[in-house]
Amino acid sequence: MAVIETSQGPEWKRRTTRQQWYIWFGWLVGTAIVVFSFKLISDKTIWFFVTDAGTQAMDMASRMVPPKWSYMDNLWRPVWDTINIATIGTLLALIMAVPVAFLAARNTTPHPTVRAAALFIIVSSRSINSLIWALMLVAIIGPGVFAGIIAIALRSIGFCAKLLYESIEEIDSKQVEAITATGAGRSQRLAYGVVPQILPAFAGISVFRWDINIRESTVLGLVGAGGIGLQLDASISTLAWTQVSLILLVVLGTVIVSEWVSAKVRHAII
Amino acid sequence: MTNTRPVNYPSTWKKPPLIESDLVRRGLWFGFAIYLALALGTIDVNWHRVAEGIPRGQKFLAAFFPPDITSRWDSILDGILESIWMTVISTVVGIALSVPFGLGAARNLAPRPVYLFCRAVIAISRTFPEVILAIFAVKLFGFGPFAGFIALSIGTIGFYAKLLAEDIEDMDPVQAEAIRSTGASWFQWVNYAVQPQVMPRMIGLAVYRLDINFRESAVVGIVGGGGIGATLLTAFDRYEFDSAAAILLIIIFIVMILEYTSGYLRKWVQ
Repeated sequence: MAVIETSQGPEWKRRTTRQQWYIWFGWLVGTAIVVFSFKLISDKTIWFFVTDAGTQAMDMASRMVPPKWSYMDNLWRPVWDTINIATIGTLLALIMAVPVAFLAARNTTPHPTVRAAALFIIVSSRSINSLIWALMLVAIIGPGVFAGIIAIALRSIGFCAKLLYESIEEIDSKQVEAITATGAGRSQRLAYGVVPQILPAFAGISVFRWDINIRESTVLGLVGAGGIGLQLDASISTLAWTQVSLILLVVLGTVIVSEWVSAKVRHAII
Repeated sequence: MTNTRPVNYPSTWKKPPLIESDLVRRGLWFGFAIYLALALGTIDVNWHRVAEGIPRGQKFLAAFFPPDITSRWDSILDGILESIWMTVISTVVGIALSVPFGLGAARNLAPRPVYLFCRAVIAISRTFPEVILAIFAVKLFGFGPFAGFIALSIGTIGFYAKLLAEDIEDMDPVQAEAIRSTGASWFQWVNYAVQPQVMPRMIGLAVYRLDINFRESAVVGIVGGGGIGATLLTAFDRYEFDSAAAILLIIIFIVMILEYTSGYLRKWVQ
């Protein structure tokens, strides 16, 4: 807050003139960036298609109803595959994330260099989307559920390890000290001092990630990595819109159920 | 005086389990084992194909040392810039659209029908991954970054409006009441009582969403939504692993920068 001296006496203002200018300048730059980005995007856009989108959407919607319920028989297996990709992928990710998390936490890491390496694993796993992991794995080990599982696992390591190492860093050090005072070794200290403190967080993280993974594994099929995405891709490319709407409903249902399960479990733990 | 027998204290100690009830714990393990057996039983892995892929995987890993940035530099730069513009504009537009939905989805602000409508919109946009939204955007608006921009904006609504609504529901009612008692209109009330309370957190979340949108912008390209994902897909389709490696490293690098800045900014705002 600033008081500006004028000839009529002091005048109260929220900001000084300088602050006002900074804010104005910030807005100017921000707006310029937005307008500039929009221009670049619109240069690459065929506006005819955009103006036409309303009719297209109505057309598509009218072709999507009613969903072709009989197609459901072909969907049970893909749904099962999708759930398996998410679940087994999460399990594999947890198995790999636990050691990484212990190496990355400041209070359990053996050496700062090891910590840096673990942090790099976490960042690179997190910054690449599971669909891109799947794209790579399909190119390398061939299409199928297996590539999807590995993709989900590789993507989830970073997420799980990050949340886990943060909760390791937040533990109460007094308990670990107490265990150390009994003459416990390094591994005993971990097992009795650290692990019991992070176990609830660990369970919470796994269920949370499982929920996200269900959502992500529904699209892995688009690049050939198994699950319900395969059917979605096939239905869209054959313009079978009644099947597409059914698949979307199934995806919606699966995601809602998994979200409900994960919320229940997390509620029970915490 | 009665003759009491000395109490037999246990001489060994076991860690208490996370789930206290023995029956529930064993039941969960048992159910999980059955599920795992079923799941693993239905996954058919083509080990022959996987073995075939291992040399290709090694070739891919070798491509990272060093990655080939130069030979496709033009298209890489083009893709990266397109992704960045797409990220900026979809974050801005997405957040601008989230504000009305967020206000409408706050229980203490909106009348019941508005609340339900806004919650439904948010739930739907949250359920479908950005990639599925992008597929439909591509169908409606044609190939290119405009479709990606639409998909990311809708995805942003689901994320941002939900958190905004939750933040508004958690606000301090005393301040809101104080403003209302001055005879403020609804807009004045939102502007002076609600907005200052949620602003710091919302700025932080906006930066965080910018970060997410960049990651997702790498993915929407795979289904035709423009950006670096399209370049990456081309590189994979041509088995140009060294260019793909370069793109991946660039993505990781940009995400790292974004994550670092967004963490710093969020700390600075709060």
